[in-house]
Amino acid sequence: MSLKIIQPGLSTSIQDLGRPGYFHLGIPIGGAMDRFALRVANMLVGNPEGAAGLEVVFMGPVIEFERDSLVAITGADLPAKVDGNPREGWTSFVVKAGQTLSFDFLKADARAYIAISGGIDTPPALGSRSTYPIGALGGIEGRNIQAGDVIPLGDAEMVEAGMSVPANLRRMPANPAELRVLPGLYWHRLTPKAQDGFFADNWAVALEADRMGYRFKGGNPLEFVDREQPFGAGADPSNIVDGCYSYGSIQVPGGLEPIVLHRDAVSGGGYFTLGAIISADMDLIGQLQPHTPVKFRKVDMAQAAEARAARKKMLGSVRAHLG
Amino acid sequence: MKTRYSHGGDEHIYVEMDDEMSLDAFFKSLSMSNAVRDAKIKGVTEICPANASFQVRFDPDIIAPDQMMKKVKELEHKAENAEKRLKTRIIEIPVYYQDPWTHETLMRFRQRHQDPSGSDLDYAARINGFDSVEGFIEAHHSQPWFVSMVGFVAGLPFLYQLVERGKQLQVPKYLRPRTDTPKQTVGYGGCFSCVYSVRGAGGYQMFGITPMPIFDPEQKQSYLKNFMVFFKPGDIVKWKPIDRAEYDRILAEVAADTYTPRIAEVDFDLDAFNADMSGTNAKLMEALNVA
Repeated sequence: MSLKIIQPGLSTSIQDLGRPGYFHLGIPIGGAMDRFALRVANMLVGNPEGAAGLEVVFMGPVIEFERDSLVAITGADLPAKVDGNPREGWTSFVVKAGQTLSFDFLKADARAYIAISGGIDTPPALGSRSTYPIGALGGIEGRNIQAGDVIPLGDAEMVEAGMSVPANLRRMPANPAELRVLPGLYWHRLTPKAQDGFFADNWAVALEADRMGYRFKGGNPLEFVDREQPFGAGADPSNIVDGCYSYGSIQVPGGLEPIVLHRDAVSGGGYFTLGAIISADMDLIGQLQPHTPVKFRKVDMAQAAEARAARKKMLGSVRAHLG
Repeated sequence: MKTRYSHGGDEHIYVEMDDEMSLDAFFKSLSMSNAVRDAKIKGVTEICPANASFQVRFDPDIIAPDQMMKKVKELEHKAENAEKRLKTRIIEIPVYYQDPWTHETLMRFRQRHQDPSGSDLDYAARINGFDSVEGFIEAHHSQPWFVSMVGFVAGLPFLYQLVERGKQLQVPKYLRPRTDTPKQTVGYGGCFSCVYSVRGAGGYQMFGITPMPIFDPEQKQSYLKNFMVFFKPGDIVKWKPIDRAEYDRILAEVAADTYTPRIAEVDFDLDAFNADMSGTNAKLMEALNVA
């Protein structure tokens, strides 16, 4: 039993919680940009939290259902319709065999998650169904979905429809968005003035913002501490001998536009990184539209741990609520 | 050489063995990352060795970042006594230099290059003091290379040439990265050569193309049956210049899945190499010649 894709939307991909274990070969973890939203969508329809669903960017798909299913949409405010009739976000609803799920225009944020009871059951690649188009892994033939695709579903146990997550347990970025940063890695390459300026400046999401990384613009160019470049690094002061990149790490080629690496990160390269976004804020990045104003806020490891614990607690509250 | 430790957010530990590239730094980094792997520290999810550094990713819900840092630092003495010998393999990789596909691409992105008036090879040859492109190409393929990192994208090898530092070729990356690079392009940036495993963005200068797939998610090639990624750190590579006819012949073999790369098992000993580079290289290449 399956889903039939009538229209794919702008860039809709099958994602679960990713494929850890291959970053040393340049194959990133991938998976949902906003993991909280995917987990909650799955909970709402009675799936395991890591089941594969659809990640929708900006514009929704049109999907015909071949079997009765429970569906939930979380994440971005992308109003859903079943045969033209509106359905609430963050709330489970039934789509019957033969009915069509479609969407209105996006109202806020960037990525919506569609969970369907039983989960998407395409063949896993390296332990995950997540789509990684650069390496042609996961999803359908390693690509985003397209019109005409027939997507297989797993066996489902129908749970009760109409379950909902209260507003205080839905997590979306503020505007301006705040992203917390733990300085480190090659932080010492920046002058004290540049270090302060990075956090003081007002940034905005640039057009180049995708699953691999988010670029930011609007701040002042960063100045580097003078040095003779180490052998093998390259002549630009922002160059280093190619090393590993952390998920969430912030590179600034030429000192100009920061790039935050996300779930489909390149695993390494030759640009200095000034630190990384804390794990608790990674989900938020995937919800930022281009032009969204952003402030980076400096935190220490204790604050990062606190933020992570808060996120864990929130997920626990959702679990308890949906019990 | 001074080891530097840093947290990378709350989920990574980054260890830089040295800020400049050398095979000594590579071996230290490899042996310390192996020591971290062997220590089987609970909570570790990924260990990624790089050219002169490595990274550990872990779950901070299982082990606190400061605890993780402490455990990694405790293993530094293992790197001090790094094993500088490897049982490895040398692989001949055919390269069609100055091919039409990378040429078309470099012309398309000319405005992002330091020198829009010529090709990437013209530029690389000139800034490295060669009279001709042919002389530069000869320097690129006459001595073998060492895979010092796999990454960036799926299975892409970074290679470091096995010659003394004074003979290392160095070129900058594109001023602004390209949005396109043909699959299997042989590239160059800093002191590293690479093979683009898949089509996509890239900032390295483009010298040529190999007909030999090095990443195959469908694992159709017989030599990629065991795993979809061909290269691993420590592999040694000898580029073999080929012409269009040879390129087309190999491509046909690849399509028919009858292509077998030329590979020989070899030992690499860093001390022996440092004592006699050309002698060590001659032996490595000899192994390939009888393979």
